[in-house]
Amino acid sequence: MDDLIIAGEKFSSRLIMGTGGAPSLEVLDRALVASGTRLTTVAMRRLDPAARGSVLDVLRRRDIKVLPNTAGCFTAGDAVLTARLAREALGTDWVKLEVIADERTLLPDPIETFDAAERLVADGFTVLPYIGDDPALARRLEQAGCAAVMPLGAPIGSGLGIRNPHSIELIVEAAGVPVILDAGIGTASDAALAMELGCDAVLLATAVTRAQRPDLMAAAMKGAVEAGRLARLAGRIPRRRYAEASSPVGP
Amino acid sequence: MKVTINGSARELPHGTTVAQAVRILTSATTGVAVAVNDEVVTRGTWETTALSDSDRVEVLTAVQGG
Repeated sequence: MDDLIIAGEKFSSRLIMGTGGAPSLEVLDRALVASGTRLTTVAMRRLDPAARGSVLDVLRRRDIKVLPNTAGCFTAGDAVLTARLAREALGTDWVKLEVIADERTLLPDPIETFDAAERLVADGFTVLPYIGDDPALARRLEQAGCAAVMPLGAPIGSGLGIRNPHSIELIVEAAGVPVILDAGIGTASDAALAMELGCDAVLLATAVTRAQRPDLMAAAMKGAVEAGRLARLAGRIPRRRYAEASSPVGP
Repeated sequence: MKVTINGSARELPHGTTVAQAVRILTSATTGVAVAVNDEVVTRGTWETTALSDSDRVEVLTAVQGG
C-alpha cells in the first residue's frame, strides 16, 4: 500500500481510527492492532481522578500517533481553546477540528468550523476539519491552510454509509490536500467505496468499536480500505448499459 | 478563597498555585492541560501561577473519543 501523506508526515495505513465507543481499553487495544492504524483520535475531557488506565497508554504502547479532536464544541472559541489544551497536554499541534451545530444530528457547523480553522492555522496548528459533504467549503478550508479536509459520509455513529457519493467525488476532484472520509461508515463496503471514490483515507470509530466483534470488524475495515485504494489506483472499467463479451464472439 | 475546579467549588488557601490545584486531582504531570478562566496555563508556569478568588480552573486529559 502506498503511504498516506498529511502535512509532510507519512502513514503506512490509510485507515484512521477513532477510539470512541469501545467497551474497554482491552477491546480497543485489540481493535487498533487489527486495524493496522497509525493515526488515532482522542477527545479532551475533564480529568476524572477515579479513571483507571488511559487511552494514551494504549496509543503509546502501540506507537500510534495521537490526533486530538475538539468533539463537544459548539463554537469556534470553544474549539480553539480545546485545541490549545490538547496541544499542551499531548505535545502535538495536530487537531481534528470538530464544531457541531446541534446534539441531535451532530452535523458540523460550517461557519464556526471555518472561523476556528482560520484561527488555528494562524496559531500554527495542523488542522484537519470535519465538515459536511460540501465541495465549496472544502475548497475554502484548503485555501485557508488546512492540512486535509474530512467530509462526512453520513451523521456520526449513524452507520448509513456514504449518502452522497457524487459530492465526495467533487471534493476529491478539486482537492489539493488529502480528503479523509469521516463519519457514517457502517461496514466494510462503505470504507471500500470511500477509497474507490478517490478519498485518501477513511476515519471511523463506531463501526468497529460497537460491532459485535470489534477486532474482526477492524480487520475487515483494514482489508476494505486497502482493496478500495488498489481499485482506485487500478482504474475501474466504465459502466455500460449492455453486455460486452469477454470471450471471442463467433465460431 | 473560593475557586471552581472542574465544575466543583473548593475552598483553598490564598496563594494556592495551579500546580497545587492540579495535585488535588492527580499526581500526573504529563497528558494533562490546565485552563484558568478559559486561558491555557502552560505546564512550565504551573508552579509560579497563583490562583485568585473566583477563578475557574479546568484540568483536562485525553479520553476515548472521535
